[in-house]
Amino acid sequence: MSPLVTDLRYLLPWQFSPTIFITCAVTVTLYVRGLIALGRGADRVGFWRAFTFLLGVALSYAMLQTYVDYLSAHMFWIHRFQHLIVHHIGPVLIVLAAPERVLRAGIPAGLRGVRIAAWIRRPMQLVFRLIQHPLIAPTLFVGLIFFWLTPSIHFTAMIDTRRYNLMNWSMLADGLLFWWLMLAPRQVQGTAAIGYGTRLVLLSLVAIPQLLLGAYITLHDTPLYDIYAICGRAWAVSPLYDQQIGGLLTWIPAAMMSLVGILVVLHHILHDPEASAPRRNLGSSVQPANSG
Amino acid sequence: MTAIFRGVARRGPAALLTAASILSTGLTACAGSGPPYTLKNITGLVQPLDFRLTDQDDQAVTAGDYRHDLVLLYFGYTQCPDECPTTLTTLANALHTLGPEAVHVRVLFVSVDPQRDTTAVLKRYVNNFGPEFVGLRPDQAELTELSKRYRIAYHYEKPDQYGNYEVDHSSAVFIFDRDGRARLLALSGNTAQQVASDLRRLLASS
Repeated sequence: MSPLVTDLRYLLPWQFSPTIFITCAVTVTLYVRGLIALGRGADRVGFWRAFTFLLGVALSYAMLQTYVDYLSAHMFWIHRFQHLIVHHIGPVLIVLAAPERVLRAGIPAGLRGVRIAAWIRRPMQLVFRLIQHPLIAPTLFVGLIFFWLTPSIHFTAMIDTRRYNLMNWSMLADGLLFWWLMLAPRQVQGTAAIGYGTRLVLLSLVAIPQLLLGAYITLHDTPLYDIYAICGRAWAVSPLYDQQIGGLLTWIPAAMMSLVGILVVLHHILHDPEASAPRRNLGSSVQPANSG
Repeated sequence: MTAIFRGVARRGPAALLTAASILSTGLTACAGSGPPYTLKNITGLVQPLDFRLTDQDDQAVTAGDYRHDLVLLYFGYTQCPDECPTTLTTLANALHTLGPEAVHVRVLFVSVDPQRDTTAVLKRYVNNFGPEFVGLRPDQAELTELSKRYRIAYHYEKPDQYGNYEVDHSSAVFIFDRDGRARLLALSGNTAQQVASDLRRLLASS
């Protein structure tokens, strides 16, 4: 086999997942249709915005449906890298691109008028409200990291394909929900919106348990996760070295994403007239009364 | 300050992880019946036994050929310097402890190095360990398929100046009951006695 063909094989899924493939394909199709529909007029989408969105989707897809997926099942630190992308970096890129408007424009005309029946919509809205609650969302965000890194649960997630897929799906879905709640402008979020001040507090708080867990894994002097020795590592490295790199990836970049989040929220505060100057708004609404 | 941070870093997450462990052990304990096995229980987690390979006598075999036996599935290679001989010796000792019941047990040794492990080499190798041991040789595609199914990894090291190379591979022994369902995982720390007593329980229950 020629070297090129061998290299291309690394881009193919290790274990093909129709759900991930279809989800990504539909998302990208909707987005590209939306880009075309919005065209070059006043509504057009900037290059970097579109690039950020597609990069976020591409990175998440690459973590789950290329050779990286094999490596992350057989090397702890690559698993941590995979989750850094699907739970933090990928979703942040997707949310920063504010793709709602483009995706909506990409929905085929025939489907746009379709209304979801109330008995499906209502419970879904309820669940959405619940998991996007300002106390539950950050607990879920941190809780999932701790849950899947509990040694006995980590073992079953790595040896059972169904649990493995559930783990990765839960991280990606939770990443999108959490970062959307933290980073999307209030106007976009509608009724689910939480204040920018609260977001700054929550973003700071979620960093702390991640720092502690990362430090705990990095500084632990015996292997915590035996699955990699049992099922074999992707290549030969010492278990503790693997664990330390994985711990550092949980510790530093994951927690640094909170800082990125805080900067984005500060940017919203500075650019959102309602958030920065409620009084001025009040004043301007009083003015007409005076004049009239 | 650093000491406090370290202290919290060491204990806080540990406490949470322990709490989660207790919770999950509690949940699994409720699901099973009888006292837990000594070996790692993988019932319901790992796919049933299924393969098409070539055995040490150059015969095409499938998992169905080993139904009605307890199957111990192990991945290794005949030039393995330490881990494979140790594991296979432990298994041989466990079967010796079982006595006559061992006729219902098959140890399937699947080579992760089919390039060097010809069927003849495999046959000579497994015969050292006992009549219950069977050497199986996959081609590369079959080996990839098996590694996906049982979520195991193997990796060929760089050959030395004589062309000899080592292969990193999984260390666990997958144990399937007589209906081909994955039940237990024997790890490198387990003794022959522990393996034998759990095998006896599995034989009695099926």
